[in-house]
Amino acid sequence: MTSLYPLIILLPLLGAMVIGLGGLMSPAFRKNEGLIGALATAMVGIPFLLVAYAFFTFGGEKISIELFTWMQAGNLEIGFNYQLDELSLLMGMIVTGVGMLIHLYSIGYMHGDQGYYKFFAYLNLFIFAMNNLILGDNLVVMFLGWEGVGLCSYLLIGFWYSDMLKAEAAQKAFVANRIGDFAMLIAMFLIYQGLGSATEMVSLSFSEIIHHDFGDSTFWIALLVFIAATGKSAQIPLFVWLPDAMAGPTPVSALIHAATMVTSGIYLIARMHPIFEASPEVLAIIVVVAALTAVIAAFTAIAQHDIKKVLAYSTVSQLGFMFMALGAGAYITAIFHVMTHAFFKACLFLGSGSVIHAMEHMHTVDDPQDIRTMGGLRKYMPSTGTTFWISTLAISGIIPLSGFFSKDEILASLFFFGEGFDLYKVIYIVGMFTAMLTAFYMTRVTMLTFEGEERFPDEKKPHESPAIMTIPLWVLAALAVVGGFLGLPVFLGEELNWIGHGWLEHVIHSEHHHAIHEHAHANETIEYILVAASALIAILTVFFTRNFYSKNGLAADEKVKNFFGGFYKTMEGKFYFDEFYQRTIIGPFKWLGENVIAWCEEYIVDGVVKGISDGVANIGDVFKRLQSGLVSNYILIISLGVILMLTFLIFG
Amino acid sequence: MEFLTPNAYTYLSVAIVMFALGAIGVMTRRNGIIVFMCIELMLNAVNLSLITFSKMHAVAGAEGVPHPGANGSMLVFFVMCVAAAEAVVGLSIIIALFRNRLDIDINNVNIFKW
Amino acid sequence: MIATILFWVFAVLGVAGAIGLIFNQNPVYAALSLILNFFSIAGLYLSLSAEFLAAIQILVYAGAIMVLFLFVIMLLNLQDEPDVMKFDARRGVAFLLGLAFVAEMIFVFKDFAQRDVSGEYTFGKVEPIGEQLMTQYLFPFEMISVILISALIGAIVVARKYRHG
Repeated sequence: MTSLYPLIILLPLLGAMVIGLGGLMSPAFRKNEGLIGALATAMVGIPFLLVAYAFFTFGGEKISIELFTWMQAGNLEIGFNYQLDELSLLMGMIVTGVGMLIHLYSIGYMHGDQGYYKFFAYLNLFIFAMNNLILGDNLVVMFLGWEGVGLCSYLLIGFWYSDMLKAEAAQKAFVANRIGDFAMLIAMFLIYQGLGSATEMVSLSFSEIIHHDFGDSTFWIALLVFIAATGKSAQIPLFVWLPDAMAGPTPVSALIHAATMVTSGIYLIARMHPIFEASPEVLAIIVVVAALTAVIAAFTAIAQHDIKKVLAYSTVSQLGFMFMALGAGAYITAIFHVMTHAFFKACLFLGSGSVIHAMEHMHTVDDPQDIRTMGGLRKYMPSTGTTFWISTLAISGIIPLSGFFSKDEILASLFFFGEGFDLYKVIYIVGMFTAMLTAFYMTRVTMLTFEGEERFPDEKKPHESPAIMTIPLWVLAALAVVGGFLGLPVFLGEELNWIGHGWLEHVIHSEHHHAIHEHAHANETIEYILVAASALIAILTVFFTRNFYSKNGLAADEKVKNFFGGFYKTMEGKFYFDEFYQRTIIGPFKWLGENVIAWCEEYIVDGVVKGISDGVANIGDVFKRLQSGLVSNYILIISLGVILMLTFLIFG
Repeated sequence: MEFLTPNAYTYLSVAIVMFALGAIGVMTRRNGIIVFMCIELMLNAVNLSLITFSKMHAVAGAEGVPHPGANGSMLVFFVMCVAAAEAVVGLSIIIALFRNRLDIDINNVNIFKW
Repeated sequence: MIATILFWVFAVLGVAGAIGLIFNQNPVYAALSLILNFFSIAGLYLSLSAEFLAAIQILVYAGAIMVLFLFVIMLLNLQDEPDVMKFDARRGVAFLLGLAFVAEMIFVFKDFAQRDVSGEYTFGKVEPIGEQLMTQYLFPFEMISVILISALIGAIVVARKYRHG
């Protein structure tokens, strides 16, 4: 069985190649949707089974898969190596499992699309890249996956590239990711510099990195890795691409922009946590940035009318929660939230896809994603509505659904991080507030979509999606319900907290985390109060919002607007981040490009090239006269050359 | 009259003068056939020098070599054969040229001019 | 003594033939000058005891090749080249180059004045050359036949009259 593990990596690549090339070459293959869908799903399903086998038979020793030496130069030797340890396996379960469900869902969702084969080829390629990212044994293979998921994200956001806006959204995502990737590259250089001072071979493997003391550059490495993570995982300042990335097909939003790719930054930081442990300043930066991101995104989500935009900002906000956990040194908690979030957010996105699918088929609605034209859909789409509700309750933190446990653990980590009233206590309050906002906007979007009066033109009724789309919804909803029990609070008993004490503890050793636990242990009463408070806040908020919206319907939005007053405009304008970047970065660069660079282009770059070509042409005009075409002239010149050579040989 | 007795140097001098005259002819004449004949003259001059060297080495002799200087003579033989082949092809080219242009003045043939 | 006289006679005749070649206006006369030159060279070969090559020189060169030349000259009915003796820049450069070549070569070979070329030399006879051709030089000999046959075919292809259309 162990010898089959390379297939985890290779099968998705094979699937991408077969489907992509087959679709390019053969129109008959292109039309065969069933074959393409089954093939693509199998190419993720088999790796999922393999990962599951490895997961359940895992013996505590990490499994290494060494394929071949990739590059070798000096004391650097990069191997195409993968590792299956607790963290990789958990991420692998999420990626291949959720990935498989979303492949299944896409068979129904993408039915009849022109680029059906292309979509599945990209999707398989994405799984390949993501597997590289999470299973890579060294930083370079990880980076290959890192870039690969960025590429696939670009390809899939711009999947319907004939729409200019979608193509631009893809470009925006790519450029924002490139900024983070650049930071990642510099971090890699610094790491290599740090490791290279030792004489032995450098393989840039994670085990090598986390056991090395980088001295003064630790801070910079940690900061750069975090900046890289803000790019991929959509944190301030680079989060602006994620809401726009909703231009892609909805399964893509669920897979890439909610469950897997956007969590790669969290994975990376958890993987390299000893470096962050050694630089508390960076942890403080992370926690502040994360809290800002979470609260700003939550406020923005309240004022959005596009169902996918709400979910996108919700994702940004939840990613902020994960980074808050990282910032508190609770890496395991962050991974726990990655897992639960993957379940309920994928379910939410797929549910929204199901809704959009239904609205699109009605043809009477201008924008199939606008929640103002929905309402009362649960009657027509019971499966979608119920699963959406379950996930909404999960993300809102209703006890005992999965979101409650992971979010509560994050908040507890923040609260117990230090003694007395310090930065982390402020962050804790912000986190609590954000959790309340989360419950509010998620209940709002669910109420406006599935409950209340029907606001769509009613000559044609929406219909439930086919089973191939609802089955993944139910599976994900079930996971969203039970996922939290993998990480029950420690105060209920350490052995009940499987994810931390049974599993990830072996790869992630965090001093901060220990301190947090000891703190919490010493103050069990406070902890009980905190848990009860957060559970109560969630329940009350959901209850209040549900009543508020069921009473007022769409008019409730107006009341919210009045409540926030002038601030609502800022929320609706997404806090003007895009405009700010437009003015401060893109605008000046454009000006520079149009005025200075264009001038340089014309007179310096082109000038040099044209000057050279004109000079050569002029010289040619002079010397072409030698080519008289007269044989006797040529012979004369040849003879002259012979005589000169002879003279040189004899007298020289 | 001792200085008139031919030695290798006198033979070579004759060959050199003939070669130079052939080269001058190639460079100055315009009639294609005469240019061609000048080339034949140059070849013959070279042949003469080869025979001279051949004889020179034969007279000097060499240990264990059955026919010293034989290579020179054999080379002349092959040069003659190649020259014959070359003359045939060259003359047919001249005929083809004449047929196209009714003129074999090589100074009028300048299709390779820029 | 007689050998010395014959050498000088042939040498002077050869150079005279060469000069006649390059200065004759009439192509036919030029060709005849070249034949004179070839005969002289054949004589010089004889004086170097290369009897076989002297015979070949007369048969192949003076006979076959020069007859071919004359045939072509007459076939094309070529005109005289009146400005042979006219002096221009190119001609001046050509003569200077020729002179330079002669001067340099004469200088290079000045040590060869000590080398003797008189005496017996049996290799110039038919038998040893034939033997060499059939043994040591067999491959080049065969190749010569290939060259000749391809030259033959090439000449026919190049010179044949194409029917238009």
